[in-house]
Amino acid sequence: MSKEMTGASALVKSLELAGVEVMFGIPGGAVLPAYDPIFDSKIRHILVRHEQGAGHAATGYAQVTGKPGVCIVTSGPGATNLVTPLADAAMDSVPLVVITGQVPSAAIGTDAFQEADIRSITMPVTKHNYLVTDPDDIPRAIAEAFYIANTGRPGPVLVDIAKDALQKMTHFNYPKNIEFAGYKPQIKPNDQSIRDAAALIAQSSKPVFYVGGGVIKANASKELLKLAELVGAPVVTTLMARGAFPDSHNLHLGMPGMHGTVAAVTALQKSDLLITLGARFDDRVTGKLSSFAVNAKVIHADIDPAEIGKNRFADVPVVGDLAHTIAALIPALQEEFKKSRPDLTAWLRQMFSLRTTYPLGYNQPEDGSVSPQYVIERIGAIGGPNSIYVAGVGQHQMWASQFVKYENPRTWLNSGGLGTMGYAVPAAMGAKVGAPDTTVWAIDGDGCFQMTNQELVTCALNNIPIKVAIINNESLGMVRQWQTMFYEGRYSNTSLDSKRIPDFVKLADAMGCVGLRCERTEDVDSVINEAMSINDQPVVVDFRVFRDAMVWPMVAAGTSNDEIMIARGLAPDWDSQEL
Amino acid sequence: MSQHTLAVLVENSSGVLARVASLFSRRAYNIDSLAVGPTEDPNISRMTIVINVEGHALEQVMSQLYKLINVIAISEMQTNSAVHRELLLVKVSQDHREKVMEIVERYAAKIVDEAESSITIEASGESAHIAGLLEALTPMGIKELVQSGLIALERGDAALSDRTLSAQGISTTHSLIPQADYQN
Repeated sequence: MSKEMTGASALVKSLELAGVEVMFGIPGGAVLPAYDPIFDSKIRHILVRHEQGAGHAATGYAQVTGKPGVCIVTSGPGATNLVTPLADAAMDSVPLVVITGQVPSAAIGTDAFQEADIRSITMPVTKHNYLVTDPDDIPRAIAEAFYIANTGRPGPVLVDIAKDALQKMTHFNYPKNIEFAGYKPQIKPNDQSIRDAAALIAQSSKPVFYVGGGVIKANASKELLKLAELVGAPVVTTLMARGAFPDSHNLHLGMPGMHGTVAAVTALQKSDLLITLGARFDDRVTGKLSSFAVNAKVIHADIDPAEIGKNRFADVPVVGDLAHTIAALIPALQEEFKKSRPDLTAWLRQMFSLRTTYPLGYNQPEDGSVSPQYVIERIGAIGGPNSIYVAGVGQHQMWASQFVKYENPRTWLNSGGLGTMGYAVPAAMGAKVGAPDTTVWAIDGDGCFQMTNQELVTCALNNIPIKVAIINNESLGMVRQWQTMFYEGRYSNTSLDSKRIPDFVKLADAMGCVGLRCERTEDVDSVINEAMSINDQPVVVDFRVFRDAMVWPMVAAGTSNDEIMIARGLAPDWDSQEL
Repeated sequence: MSQHTLAVLVENSSGVLARVASLFSRRAYNIDSLAVGPTEDPNISRMTIVINVEGHALEQVMSQLYKLINVIAISEMQTNSAVHRELLLVKVSQDHREKVMEIVERYAAKIVDEAESSITIEASGESAHIAGLLEALTPMGIKELVQSGLIALERGDAALSDRTLSAQGISTTHSLIPQADYQN
């Protein structure tokens, strides 16, 4: 006979059975009944300062551990504050399970205090969501939510629970099995599609691996390394895939896209075969779609069939989990290569030549101020490839993707799809909770930092010693860069004056963190080392950097990748390249 | 742009219509008509969606629809291999009663209500048939009309519900082994 308990206890017990170790949240009226059994649970609850922080923290936790991140908040504004992290997680395929309190079922639809129809609001930004009004339904909803969040293409799932469902008694009954009439992600790829893909690769003389975040989600980095070395083709890793393939590997050309390397962008453009693994032909990668890789055939492997053919026709679609897909491709290719094997020497020579001729780089500011790229490069060098780096959104994010060298998956976290400013501090908090023995650096902008820095209080109080580098150029830097390039330098509302106000060192101190400041190039290493030596408190470093640094290379929005610029008004010297 | 008719089996759960509508809205797909109703299985509803899409976008629409957790099966209803029907109720003036009666007969329609100055006609048929009837009635003075969305059913012995995973004997049951199951 199952035990009788409140819906709230059934919720907490279900979360325990689902394997939850940590959740991020804030109590409030409608969710209050759940917080009583949370008080006694072995699940660690981290009390955040804003619900958005809970959401991004859960994302950071999920991206580092591969397990669903969990948050719990109240109805109305508590729930609506989670809309941004949900949209962020949906875009970047992050498994989250979000519990929201709802007003009592009898009050639903009456515009009750703190009522918001969060199920309707979040339909477009969740993989699935639930409204539960009967306590008997709670265990099944939770079990299904975890299953949906972390199978197939991962994504966020919201479970909205009416207050009376939490208060009423129920016989606890956790489902032994989950059944869906329709939802059945395809894990193993179709054999024929694997053979077709292998045949195409064996005919290609200019293949390139176009690697997306799906490889990291599928934990398929080891398989990818084997496959890439077997084929011997160049590899590009998208913003979401940095770390999926070692930066130090000779076949790696870097990141493609709007701020990608000349070699990576050109490899895609000039290729005759894109071996697309867990990537989605995002506009920031393709540039003007009609002129993207016009001579390339496409193998598109993804667990989500809806991605295939969405933006670009796939000659060979392969639906399945990438770990299975890549593992299956290896023997299929070994067979194909027995028959014929194209010579990739000329293709590799061209791409390596581009990599050598147009490496990522930056100029030291002429006014003697600190180069933001240098700061980020040094953080990466001193932090090393075993640290985790978490960026906000903007110039510093692009520089962190370019100048930190990634060797391992799940060491680079950022908001790629939604481009959520304010992501870094709470996501770094979640990452550190998920990997407490690893150094976690948030590389943030002064604009981003001022959106969500209150979670440093949470970090200080809960022994979550993250390190935050504020790349302080006292501007909304990426917007300013566009104003420089496309609006004749008319800097409308992009000046933040954050070298004057706020005082980030005092702010850090007030929040229980160590605050440091760095204003000279010669101090950069020593300040980073000082931050690295502090492990019992969060550290915030105000790096005051050159204001007018720009992110290069750049493919302007809506233009062709052929029009990549390596500096303002400067295109690569194509005539000198044999392409 | 071309018109396609999709039959979609969905779980009969609250919010499922909103999910489909929300999907079409956010992906900017054009819905021409939508009809929803119960099926032989009380747990399953059937939607018939008529959409206007270009070429290969149809496959994309179907893939996106299939991503909704509550969607069980989708099939395109082809013009030749499925019966398509629309229902029309139209109120016309009594002024040209004889002509109206003639049209009603010609289109195999029915008079369902007569009032002092108007006649209400019911008709069902393929879209072209309904459109023809409306064209004929327009000069008679249409006072009000209402049309259902199109519904469609495949000809022959086949049933869409046969094509669901469980009907094919494919297990849709997932064993819940806590933790290990979430490692992907």
